[in-house]
Amino acid sequence: MRTLKFLLQKEFKQIFRSKSIIFSIVFAPIIQLILMPLAANYDVKNIYVAFVDHDHSTYSQKLINRVYSSIYFKAAPYSASYDDAMHLIEQNKADIIVEIPQGFEDNLVRESHDKLYLAVNAINGTKAGVGSGYLGAIIRDFNQDIQMQWKQPGHFAEAQTIDVVTNNWYNPYMSYFLFMVPGLMVSLLTGIGAFSASLNIVREKEIGTIEQINVTPIRKYHFLLGKLIPYWCLGMIVFTIGMLVSRLVYGIVPVGSIPLLYGFLAVYLLTLLGAGLLISTYSDTQQQAVSVAFFFVLIFNFISGIFTPIDSMPEWAKALAYISPISHFAQVMRMVVLKGSTWPDVLPHLGAVFALGVVLNTWAVLNYRKTT
Amino acid sequence: MSEIAIKADKLTKKFDDFVAVDAITFDVKQGEIFGFVGANGAGKTTAMRILCGLSKPTSGSATVAGFDVYKETEKIKRNIGYMSQKFSLYDDLTVMENITFYAGIYGLSDKEIKDRGESLLSQLGISHEAKTFVASLPLGWKQKLAFSVAVIHEPKIVFLDEPTGGVDPVTRRQFWDLIYEAADRGITVFVTTHYMDEAEYCNRLTVMVDGKIDALDTPTNLKKQFSVDSMDKVFYQLARAAKRSGD
Repeated sequence: MRTLKFLLQKEFKQIFRSKSIIFSIVFAPIIQLILMPLAANYDVKNIYVAFVDHDHSTYSQKLINRVYSSIYFKAAPYSASYDDAMHLIEQNKADIIVEIPQGFEDNLVRESHDKLYLAVNAINGTKAGVGSGYLGAIIRDFNQDIQMQWKQPGHFAEAQTIDVVTNNWYNPYMSYFLFMVPGLMVSLLTGIGAFSASLNIVREKEIGTIEQINVTPIRKYHFLLGKLIPYWCLGMIVFTIGMLVSRLVYGIVPVGSIPLLYGFLAVYLLTLLGAGLLISTYSDTQQQAVSVAFFFVLIFNFISGIFTPIDSMPEWAKALAYISPISHFAQVMRMVVLKGSTWPDVLPHLGAVFALGVVLNTWAVLNYRKTT
Repeated sequence: MSEIAIKADKLTKKFDDFVAVDAITFDVKQGEIFGFVGANGAGKTTAMRILCGLSKPTSGSATVAGFDVYKETEKIKRNIGYMSQKFSLYDDLTVMENITFYAGIYGLSDKEIKDRGESLLSQLGISHEAKTFVASLPLGWKQKLAFSVAVIHEPKIVFLDEPTGGVDPVTRRQFWDLIYEAADRGITVFVTTHYMDEAEYCNRLTVMVDGKIDALDTPTNLKKQFSVDSMDKVFYQLARAAKRSGD
């Protein structure tokens, strides 16, 4: 125990004297947490719609006004022909073309139906899908209004359709931040934790002080604990800063229990830092350690479900996501922050992360050799 | 057993086909200053790393402070001090913090750390630098400090791997005063060097050439044996036959 005391004393002094560590622990997460959610935003807004109006009637004008009055759509420059509008798409000035045929108003009133032509730039699949969906809804609405207006009172029943009312649970205003910020916190914490832990032992290898350590009667697990505990504390600090930022900047208050989050975090950090230390024991230079850590952090971040749903991934990626502690922590964060999940809900995730932590840390202790 | 501090018998270390240390046999008496002299790449550091328990030998046997280099490396580590070629103190800790750290992990009590730390600093004449970061000390001071830290726990044996590399002659002389003081306290000193003036300071020394020990005796006897008047010439005669070069 006394040995550990001296190791910890030394590590903490070194950490608090290193400007780069303080930066990456205090300032980096604040800045990233403020900037990243703004950029990693899948809300589709500012869709440019180009109308090609061959009808020039009151109704076509009404439709156009209704579309442009929506917050999602913006007007692209006017075009006289479909070819004109196509140029706009090619120049990236328009995302959707709506072609209104000649005689639109007449046909609507007399025949009570007509066809519109929609052309969508589908390079960005999400924007195209969501955009044409919104646009379809507006046109349907418009159509219903006209039907109402022209139907005889007696035939009123015909216009009725089934209206589906959606109730958004857990995130009633569909706030993107509420979903994304807890996920990004996991991603940030993981990056900082994995990098700092994997760099640490390697740095001693590079400077040469590890030789001096290896020639002392220090025990391997003491040495690794001496490396793990300080970064575990730092992880707690980073997380706390993250929670404060999400509260103050995004107004996110976890529905579930905060001690539960910290409890899970405590185990998660052990696993994450174990992975970092393991990389450290295999690397000879800081460069090697960073490239390996980067490789794993990047892959596991992308399949973590933070940015895209795990359910829509192929089976092998799902399997990988199941092993990855990042996915478990991201899920638990969202479960607790958004839904208010409790211990029993979190337990399976905790078990998976803990088991992996035991494996990684044992592996690191075994692979760290004082004698070659 | 107390007579012999280090005993090596046909100690060999191979890296694939390369024989770094080739069946060396020697012993070092308690309290002796024993020199390991040789050109770069002769195998001095490899041999020393085996004796310190940092590296496992391929064949042969050796004991350090009575412990086996194959099975009892951790017991060896409790009885030795070591100063490597690479600088071994933490630059971002102060002088006193470095002393406290190393003394602490060797299990010294708080009082011992304080007392020995203070006497060490006054012996080196740097009591006023206790709170200076090691990074800002001149190299000569760093080396002397590193040595004092390596023997702070009063080990039975201290291993010094080219301890005076890059240090001016005056500081080197002072460094050897520290070595003599340690030897007077009964610490066995095992030192590698390629400075021939330092070879003269040793009680006994061996000259290592291409992983083998070519000569082992006191400096005086070696000079007699080769009928020359300086260690420089002894070394030159032996090292001329070397086939390896570089590090």
